[in-house]
Amino acid sequence: MPENVLESQPETGVSGGSTTPIIRVENLHKTYDLGEVQVHALRGISLDILPGEFVAIMGASGSGKSTFMNLAGCLDRATRGRYFLEGQDVSTFSKRQLAHIRNRKIGFVFQGFNLLPRTSAVENVELPLIYGGVAHEERVARAREALRIVGLAGREDHHPSQLSGGQQQRVAIARALINNPSLVLADEPTGNLDSRTSVEIMEIFQRLSKERNLTILLVTHEPDIARYANRVVLFRDGKVRRDEPVEDRADAADVLKTLPVIDEDEEEES
Amino acid sequence: MDLQAVIRVALRALARNKMRTALTMLGIIIGVGAVICTVAIGEGASNQVQEQIRNLGDNIVFVAAGSVSQGGVRMGSAATKTLTVADAKAIQQQIPMIARVSPGVGSRVQVVYGNQNWNTRVSGVGPEFLEIRRWPVANGSAFSDHEVEAAANVCLLGPTVVENLFGSEDPVNQTVRIQNLPFRVIGVLASKGQSPFGQDEDDTILMPFTTVQKKISGIDWLQFVMCSAISPEAINPARQQIAGLLRQRHRLRPNEDDDFIIRSPMDLANAQAQAGKIMTLLLASIASVSLLVGGIGIMNIMLVSVTERTREIGVRMAVGATEEDVQMQFLSEAMVLSLFGGSAGVLFGVGASIGVSSMLQWPTRIPPLAIVIAVLFSAGVGIFFGYYPARKAARLDPIEALRYE
Repeated sequence: MPENVLESQPETGVSGGSTTPIIRVENLHKTYDLGEVQVHALRGISLDILPGEFVAIMGASGSGKSTFMNLAGCLDRATRGRYFLEGQDVSTFSKRQLAHIRNRKIGFVFQGFNLLPRTSAVENVELPLIYGGVAHEERVARAREALRIVGLAGREDHHPSQLSGGQQQRVAIARALINNPSLVLADEPTGNLDSRTSVEIMEIFQRLSKERNLTILLVTHEPDIARYANRVVLFRDGKVRRDEPVEDRADAADVLKTLPVIDEDEEEES
Repeated sequence: MDLQAVIRVALRALARNKMRTALTMLGIIIGVGAVICTVAIGEGASNQVQEQIRNLGDNIVFVAAGSVSQGGVRMGSAATKTLTVADAKAIQQQIPMIARVSPGVGSRVQVVYGNQNWNTRVSGVGPEFLEIRRWPVANGSAFSDHEVEAAANVCLLGPTVVENLFGSEDPVNQTVRIQNLPFRVIGVLASKGQSPFGQDEDDTILMPFTTVQKKISGIDWLQFVMCSAISPEAINPARQQIAGLLRQRHRLRPNEDDDFIIRSPMDLANAQAQAGKIMTLLLASIASVSLLVGGIGIMNIMLVSVTERTREIGVRMAVGATEEDVQMQFLSEAMVLSLFGGSAGVLFGVGASIGVSSMLQWPTRIPPLAIVIAVLFSAGVGIFFGYYPARKAARLDPIEALRYE
């Protein structure tokens, strides 16, 4: 199949050369057994993602991109194929080991933010550290630092209901960053946000990618959002259909300057 | 996750829904409170019976002269003249299971002091009688073997007699008259109150049995012999041995009825105590049913909570919570619920028992062990009824939990 030829080239996107890929998947299959029917969600995905890459994953619903994200995020195990995370074969890991990997190496950002209600921003951000066994003082200090990075200094004690959508998503990003993960998985992170706030979120991702060499995997179905990544992988029918670098990459910081400024602080406190 | 963090997370989750938490705890509070309260009432009642048993005396075996029939007419008990001082001595000497023996004769008499008089029962007994009945002398002293031998005119008065003859005057060393004979009061008995059968035990006069035999009744036989066995277990064998001994001494043929009656009042009291214990057990088990219902309440709320917080569980799993972490979280919530409820229930139960004893005048007693057991049992209820919801939470698939609306 012609697609497989394309997929087998790990050198797509930015240069990585000899560095170990953050993600290497080989011929990944995922089949859901629904009793009488078997749904083949993934039909042999092979992909390398290098450190510092900002990859947008696109595809229609049912294309297998969500299934791939679940596997990449160690929330699920593949039916067949191998998955190396930072060179470690995690496809054979137990549930407990996968939980440990999620805790140490992966940060999640969801479309619906998924913050704990009636829980302050700091407490939401420190959640992964609780399961990592970090002491209370260090947890709070690191959570405050992560909130500062995403521009929420001074709002540490706000509850999600007191924050705007964009601010909630920043708390979620801070939570994803708190364990210094190798990989951040963002599942439609701008799906519930207006266009300016979406660009603000992409600005944070671009900044983290550039300044901290953070590897980001972003699922989106908006081509506008995919433009902020440096590589786009298109899924269709459980296979990688296209995998190419973004030619005219948009710079979120520049785009923001052209957009009208809405004072979020006043808006959300009214 | 360390224990402190687990408990803090549990407390916070419960604090989010204060009303619901309080109502769920109420089930456990009522359950534990009811168990504590019924046990307190039961223990109090059984304590009272125990007290009464102790009051009766020291493992008493009571031998009374039996009835005789003369030409078909049966006289009442204590009618025979066959029970003698020699019998009492024989029991003392030949039956090792009997520790103490006191011969006894009784009569109703009119007793006079100054211008007061009073009708009461006089019992002629041996010096060991007071020990057998566990009946101390409150004021003055008891009579001695010497006074028994001499058939001295001395007596001990019960508090009721003192009250009616002397009022507030000190009766010791005063002289009362019975059948025109003077008797020196050498002591006043401590108050024993009512017998388990409702008689005023304090309305009595004690004298050496020889004095009663010779100077009041004019008889040379005994109406009863009061014995104490060496232990509660010795009572029944001692009864049989006494019966054998007396039959032999009275030369009764095998086809003849006993001419004496042997009773041990502890049998009755023990049966009463046993019935009380069974009643307590029954009430406590009914009360524990409400604890069970409280436990089901916890399970119900925990199941609702797991469903409500499916997304939260998903998030926690996504950021690295293992199945054990999630299970521990919900289990600790259930345990905090039941332990707090249990502790509040103990307070409630203690308060209710105090209320019962002060309002209904029932004796109550709360055994400390019951409190410990109640708290441990409620923690057990928390674990038992929290386990299934916690397991359900831990088994959730993080992907589906995150997608849950």
